[in-house]
Amino acid sequence: MSETKKFMYINRRPPYGTVYPLEGLEVVLIGAAFEQDVCMAFISDGVFQLKQGQDTIESGMKNFSPTYRALGDYEVTRIYVERESLEERGLTEADLMPLTWEDEDDDWAEKPSIQIVSRTQLSDLLEEQDVVFNF
Amino acid sequence: MAFELSGKTYETDEEGYLADLSEWNREVADYMATEDDCDLSDNHWEVINFLREYYEEYQIAPAVRVLTKAIGKKLGKDKGNSKYLYELFPYGPAKQACKYAGLPKPTGCV
Repeated sequence: MSETKKFMYINRRPPYGTVYPLEGLEVVLIGAAFEQDVCMAFISDGVFQLKQGQDTIESGMKNFSPTYRALGDYEVTRIYVERESLEERGLTEADLMPLTWEDEDDDWAEKPSIQIVSRTQLSDLLEEQDVVFNF
Repeated sequence: MAFELSGKTYETDEEGYLADLSEWNREVADYMATEDDCDLSDNHWEVINFLREYYEEYQIAPAVRVLTKAIGKKLGKDKGNSKYLYELFPYGPAKQACKYAGLPKPTGCV
């Protein structure tokens, strides 16, 4: 295989209302099979995608939020959430689903995937990427 | 497409995957397997049940790489490898086992 590239998937929309978040998540899961260096970033209303306790019964849409918990199995272990976006929406890290991955090289220890980063840190991370997808 | 079993009609997509996963039962799995000339053993059922539990928890059918790793962790290394899984499900473990389990085709599976 050719050399590994750094991929970042940016999610900026609320979870329901458009098909972008679900489609974006599927692209990440499919892309994970190509063994690239993958991370995700949640900014703006995208932070709502990771909110705990989503209930879509009244909307008639499929609640796909449990699928984010599978990201660790797909070796997507770095999920950046922008601190300012959380604060602007009155959210804290405690409002988000706990997402973890299991470290095979560390006796399957469960480690957190979500990292809260500032806008400045996120823009530095963006600079490092080879490929950026927006959803 | 559709098939009939014990007086009930089951809708499927063009590739034979069950349209409504809540209609699934063991008889459906056995029927689908027989159609593929496959006899479901306890080893097959272990994988099928695992897939159903995975779907229940994460709302997706896992990719084959993820399935292999997870089976290895749950049922041991002698089962968590492609050779073992492909012997059970020669059409592709994720694809074929998901069909018998009544799940949609795994995401990204062509």
